[in-house]
Amino acid sequence: MSNLERHKYDVVVIGAGGAGLRAAVEAREAGLRVAIICKSLFGKAHTVMAEGGVSASMGNVNPDDNWMVHFRDTMRGGKFLNHWRMAELHAKESPDRVWELEAWGALFDRTKEGKISQRNFGGHEYPRLAHVGDRTGLELIRTLQQRIVALQQRDARDHGDAESFIKVFAELTVTEILKEGDKIAGAYGYWRETGAEVLFEAPAVILATGGIGKSFKVTSNSWEGTGDGHALALKAGGRLVDMEFVQFHPTGMVWPPSVRGLLVTESVRGDGGVLTNSEGKRFMFNYIPAVFKEMYADNEAEGDRWYNDQANNRRPPELLPRDEVARAINSEVKAGRGSPHGGVYLDVSKRMPAEVIKKKLPSMWHQFKELADVDITLTAMEVGPTCHYMMGGIEVDPDTAAAVGVPGLFAAGETAGGMHGSNRLGGNSLSDILVFGRLAGAGAAVYAKANRGDGVSDATIKSASETLNAPFSRGGTENPYTIHAELQQVTNDLVGIIRTKKELEDAIVKLADFRTRAVAVKPEGGRAFNPGFHLTLDLETMLLVSECIARAALQREESRGGHTREDFPKMDPKWRQVNSICTWDGSKINITKQKLPSMPKRLLDLFDPHELEKYLTPEEMTDLKGGA
Amino acid sequence: MSDIKKKIKLRIWRGDAKDGALQDVEVEANEGEVVLDVIHRVQATQISDLAVRWNCKAGKCGSCSMEINGKPRLACMTRMNMFEEGETITVTPLRAFPVIRDLVTDVSFNYKKAMEIPAFEPPAELKAGEFRMQQVDVERSQEFRKCIECFLCQDTCHVIRDHEENKKSFAGPRFFIRIAELDMHPLDILRNRKQRAQEEHGLGMCNITKCCTEVCPEHIHITDNAIIPMKERVVDVKYDPIRWLGSKIRRREGIV
Repeated sequence: MSNLERHKYDVVVIGAGGAGLRAAVEAREAGLRVAIICKSLFGKAHTVMAEGGVSASMGNVNPDDNWMVHFRDTMRGGKFLNHWRMAELHAKESPDRVWELEAWGALFDRTKEGKISQRNFGGHEYPRLAHVGDRTGLELIRTLQQRIVALQQRDARDHGDAESFIKVFAELTVTEILKEGDKIAGAYGYWRETGAEVLFEAPAVILATGGIGKSFKVTSNSWEGTGDGHALALKAGGRLVDMEFVQFHPTGMVWPPSVRGLLVTESVRGDGGVLTNSEGKRFMFNYIPAVFKEMYADNEAEGDRWYNDQANNRRPPELLPRDEVARAINSEVKAGRGSPHGGVYLDVSKRMPAEVIKKKLPSMWHQFKELADVDITLTAMEVGPTCHYMMGGIEVDPDTAAAVGVPGLFAAGETAGGMHGSNRLGGNSLSDILVFGRLAGAGAAVYAKANRGDGVSDATIKSASETLNAPFSRGGTENPYTIHAELQQVTNDLVGIIRTKKELEDAIVKLADFRTRAVAVKPEGGRAFNPGFHLTLDLETMLLVSECIARAALQREESRGGHTREDFPKMDPKWRQVNSICTWDGSKINITKQKLPSMPKRLLDLFDPHELEKYLTPEEMTDLKGGA
Repeated sequence: MSDIKKKIKLRIWRGDAKDGALQDVEVEANEGEVVLDVIHRVQATQISDLAVRWNCKAGKCGSCSMEINGKPRLACMTRMNMFEEGETITVTPLRAFPVIRDLVTDVSFNYKKAMEIPAFEPPAELKAGEFRMQQVDVERSQEFRKCIECFLCQDTCHVIRDHEENKKSFAGPRFFIRIAELDMHPLDILRNRKQRAQEEHGLGMCNITKCCTEVCPEHIHITDNAIIPMKERVVDVKYDPIRWLGSKIRRREGIV
């Protein structure tokens, strides 16, 4: 491989969404040389799709808000399965992360005092989401993209070359994380444009590749959401935590079929949209779970009053956390009270005048008008659940984002697990990618300075190249598109919103069969910009991730957040003490249980003991009262 | 309703930087579909290595830019029901940029131009968290920040569409709105952005045919709200002797 393209960096960031770019900024500011690898063009990552906002307890709209309230909401939303330290860091640091974006050129919507405006969202006690209409993700990624460019301009001035410290490698697919001994040594991949193979040598690699939605049939995720970071970490000896928790966003488009799954932002409900069934009934009042009874209005009049007077009224149940709303919609449709295309109705037209809707929800108006011929200022939208977010991910040390068990590997954003517990609150992903993107950049910088790395051996390079090219020397006749479609159907039918033991076992058998068939895919053409070949690589990744989800879901015999078992419908405090851990031994996925880190008393004291009783075991409550 | 299927005729450009040709295919289309759906069906059933760039399929990322019947469009936002029954739909790569493969072009020109525009510069003494701006003052720039960087405006702009030689000195509509956005930002302190647009980025080469505005999928008023106001102010300062003098006396390069 004498003509192999080689690069040496201090830190390689794989993934160029919000988490990856924020990590890159931090590592560069620490004085290091950074490679940013994008699967697509620079600035196109899935962050661009985030709509509603970024949560941060700045208290601009309601001064009672602070990090402790945000922490409480996040733990409740995750049904107390969150890693407490991640939730704490996230709540404390997110305001600074939002403010610094403003200093880099972001233009959020404003309050009358000229501060950043904040909107209501499900599960958040106060208006907390900084936003730009309903295109907040675009503002975030563009600001970070422009920050990278600004740093490159500075490097051009100071060092004579814009790419002397940060270089963006766009449309480059990473196929393997390289190790020498136990430590990270780099990454291997290929340029999609030319098909040429590329070696990166670096002591630290940050995985920020986003989610896994493309393994599911109805999803809000783009083609990139195949779980690359999850699978790369697994194969490099990393551990995946709580992979059974998949968030189905309650409101995706259901018609026309070509856009089924496309997201309808939660802001529609935050701004007053109501959910009704085919009988015209606001059904969410029937679905308020016991743990949230005190916090949500039990009648329409009170729920409606809340929009203008939050001090004296409780929130309407349309603003329950996403897992609750998704299950409720699922139940209504199953009971025969759905809309013509198998969803329910979401209506904002009666709450606000047309001009206000167009101003507050411009991309929703645009999306429905252009893709479904529906004017949301006049009529209701048809919506239903769509696979949206993976709560599970790479197990990391909260303060440094270092992957557990793999020195030199770091992970941030949706690719990392623990932060959101069993269910993520809306708005908490944009804040997550900023907070933990920065921590990962800082963590990797400290590590890379102490571990300069010894490069990558020829044997490792040869093996990575052979793995990458293996599909071309196969003899099979399978079509990767067909297997992908069948995989999506299986996850949809057997590993979806409502799960049972029997179905999960069936799914695992079928996934094993897909894996056999996937190695019989021989791509047509060469490596250069060949989607068929790329899908062949993605298939292996999606099959690994899907099996992790199915096995973890089979193990967890309770229902909590984004994991609902029909055969174990209740939340069980004993399972709250358990994290599921997936590992890969080179030929199969192993699933084990691990004790959830215990929350310290200073944080438990932020909650009313009466509320904690709903989540903790009697033994834990006794310990708590005893002051242990 | 949704199970109505029909065969449609598609003419797709296939090839690479060296050579290529249009290829005719027949493929099924379902009700409610967009051109990108149909192209994906061609990939899945007939030409598995057909290269097309796409991501969000919701008009939010600006990746699936191509020319459909000769017009620059996002394939994900072009509905099949806008075509006549039996009409052959021709899809070709963006003409202003070099082809990589099939429908995918090399748009790196745009990233180079982005690098040439000085970044946002807030007052040095203003700390993060202390920014105060009124909604009415940020709205003009917010319109330009809706840009999804699909580069359709760049593709259609006749200054560079068939004039490779102009690319060196012309940033294009996407970057005129970027300059306008920064120029209109209430807290940007960098002076003379408009003048630099004129002198370094080729603003003067634009003769306001509004083609860019017409193809913008975000409906940004590129010409009326960005290009024309900048051109007018540049002209004001250059040709108004009193303002010209004032700008010299205050030792600024003219434009506030």
